[in-house]
Amino acid sequence: MSTAPGNGVPVIEVKGLTKIFGERKVVDDFDITVPRGAIYGFLGPNGSGKTTTIRMLCGLLTPDGGEGECLGFDIRKQAERIKEQVGYMTQKFSLYEDLSIRENLDFVGRMYRITDRRRRVDQSLKDLGLADRAGQLAGTLSGGWKQRLALAACLIHDPKLLLLDEPTAGVDPKARRDFWDEIRRLSAAGVTVLVSTHYMDEAVQCDFIAYIAYGKKLIDGPSARIPEQVGLETWRVDGPDLAALEERLKHEPGVEQVARFGAVLHVSGTDKPKLDATVERLKAEGTHHWSRQVAGLEEAFIYLMAGARDNFARDQPDGASA
Amino acid sequence: MSSAFSFARFGAVLIKEFIQMRRDRITFAMMIGLPIIQLFLFGFAINADPRHLPTLIDVADEGPLSRAILSGMQNSGYFDFIGPVGGTAAGEAALRTGEANFVVVIPPDFERDTIRGRNPQILVSADASDPSAVSGAAAALSGIVQVAVAETFQGALRGLAGGAPPFSIVVHREYNPEGRTSTNIVPGLLAIILSMTMVMITAVAIVKETERGTMEMLIATPVRPLEVMLGKILPYVVVGYVQTIVFVSAAAVIFRVPFDGSILAFFLGFNLFILVNLALGFLISTAARSQMQAMQLSFFTILPSILLSGFMFPFAGMPQWAQWLGTAVPATHFLRVVRKVMLKGAGVADVGGEYLSLIVILVVVSAAAMLRYRQTLD
Repeated sequence: MSTAPGNGVPVIEVKGLTKIFGERKVVDDFDITVPRGAIYGFLGPNGSGKTTTIRMLCGLLTPDGGEGECLGFDIRKQAERIKEQVGYMTQKFSLYEDLSIRENLDFVGRMYRITDRRRRVDQSLKDLGLADRAGQLAGTLSGGWKQRLALAACLIHDPKLLLLDEPTAGVDPKARRDFWDEIRRLSAAGVTVLVSTHYMDEAVQCDFIAYIAYGKKLIDGPSARIPEQVGLETWRVDGPDLAALEERLKHEPGVEQVARFGAVLHVSGTDKPKLDATVERLKAEGTHHWSRQVAGLEEAFIYLMAGARDNFARDQPDGASA
Repeated sequence: MSSAFSFARFGAVLIKEFIQMRRDRITFAMMIGLPIIQLFLFGFAINADPRHLPTLIDVADEGPLSRAILSGMQNSGYFDFIGPVGGTAAGEAALRTGEANFVVVIPPDFERDTIRGRNPQILVSADASDPSAVSGAAAALSGIVQVAVAETFQGALRGLAGGAPPFSIVVHREYNPEGRTSTNIVPGLLAIILSMTMVMITAVAIVKETERGTMEMLIATPVRPLEVMLGKILPYVVVGYVQTIVFVSAAAVIFRVPFDGSILAFFLGFNLFILVNLALGFLISTAARSQMQAMQLSFFTILPSILLSGFMFPFAGMPQWAQWLGTAVPATHFLRVVRKVMLKGAGVADVGGEYLSLIVILVVVSAAAMLRYRQTLD
């Protein structure tokens, strides 16, 4: 990981955060502690409460329960003060499509009353590489450029905390890599970053990870220790006709997950003796080559994702009987 | 590929439309509510031949003939005597402020002069700034009086009965002597156009932020609700000024509508009215979830402005409940300010009551809008 988490007072320290929409607990008794300068990843299926949690942390939603501090301010009573030092990048592009790139940056700069706005906007345009296109309407930018502009806009007031809600959804791999380079650079400079994502390759870049499903936190800790917490035992297999083997393995005792990585299969389960017994039996057939493997973040996430289905599935359209 | 009409596909579109119609509650409510409201307004509230018009009397002759004339007027249902008035100046003031639609003056020695054949005159001053409001009553006046006095001309006065009455009724149409409809309609139209555009533009301008998702970015910044509200509204105040200047110039040049009163009185009323409309638009935008709904709700507020304000149909002709409703409509008060100032030459003092009403509406609407505007997304 690029940075060691800083010492001292955490940037976010919240306990028992709860949000109820109608009858549904969207976020349920959520605790979170984020050290200064850390990159903290939120993972979980759609509708698991990631966006709602982020919105409560920056004062866009009022929590129905829970308390705590963000940047040293009370999240219930001092939302205004928190907003001044937070850069929030929404899931959907939320700058004005009918304003030019420069006009958007100017507007956001004025909202935060930054000093020497003109210089900051010019610098930001230069960093973006958009100095010669400053007059172009934001709505005409491609997805990747919109995302870069949105990041530039939420950095214009030098926030101490960045809240990024699925920032790379719908962005090509090159742009995603560039984006993460920028995030790590900011983190190294002391900015705390809380980011929600669906992508495993992004999750492995985080210092800390919280896995959320149905509004509840299932797992939370430094990313290096997540596989251990999940407690998976993994075997690596290669050999002929992996597709047939994969189909067969799914029904064997002790096998909870079969994931394909290129020309090999990773076979995992949480019940070590049962899994090992199955592997020994198959090994004896001699058709494939088996070797023990340390479970990584990838296996852990596939395991977690498989356990929690899309959380929106519980919703009923209004009018339909619940 | 068949080009034949498919009932299955047609049915699918039909079902989808009904489902969507049911989900969009505001549109659905408008579809059911609008016709009902229109039915009640047109059916009960609107009366093109208004009765019970407030009338002041200045009677200098208390004889039986005067009494017969006055009771005849009252019994006709057109005139409601709201009290005596002393002197011409007081009568004029009452007409100008709209306290009365008619002032009836019966001169001293009216009965004696009638008997002596001197043909005395009853002077009726009518507020003709809204010709349709008073024309029915004015036209019926001589017939009413003739019937009323017929019974009085008995005994010694029998000789006076029959033929033309031995006195005359002079009706003065004040403020709009030619009774031109455009003189009345054009200033009123300003109230309607302003409420239409101002409410609609503001309502849509704010919902647009929510609809496009920019509201989330906006409220994630430390911006305060009042800053957003004022910043959004002010540009449209400028639009309102431009509209009014264009409108008043066109009214003067093309329709030759007079502008007799105080510009200051007009200016004050007009600013208040613009503010009320913008606040109303802001309130709508806090309730509407899409620009389409904002348009529909705006249209909904336009309807009473046209029907209940006295713009299209005389205010005095409406039943009491409709008049109360009409009093809550901002256009009612601005309409009165415009007509009084442009046609009757009113000053600030003459329209003070209308200002007060507009201020009350403004405070109520703004308070509701500020309460509804959320600084959060929940």
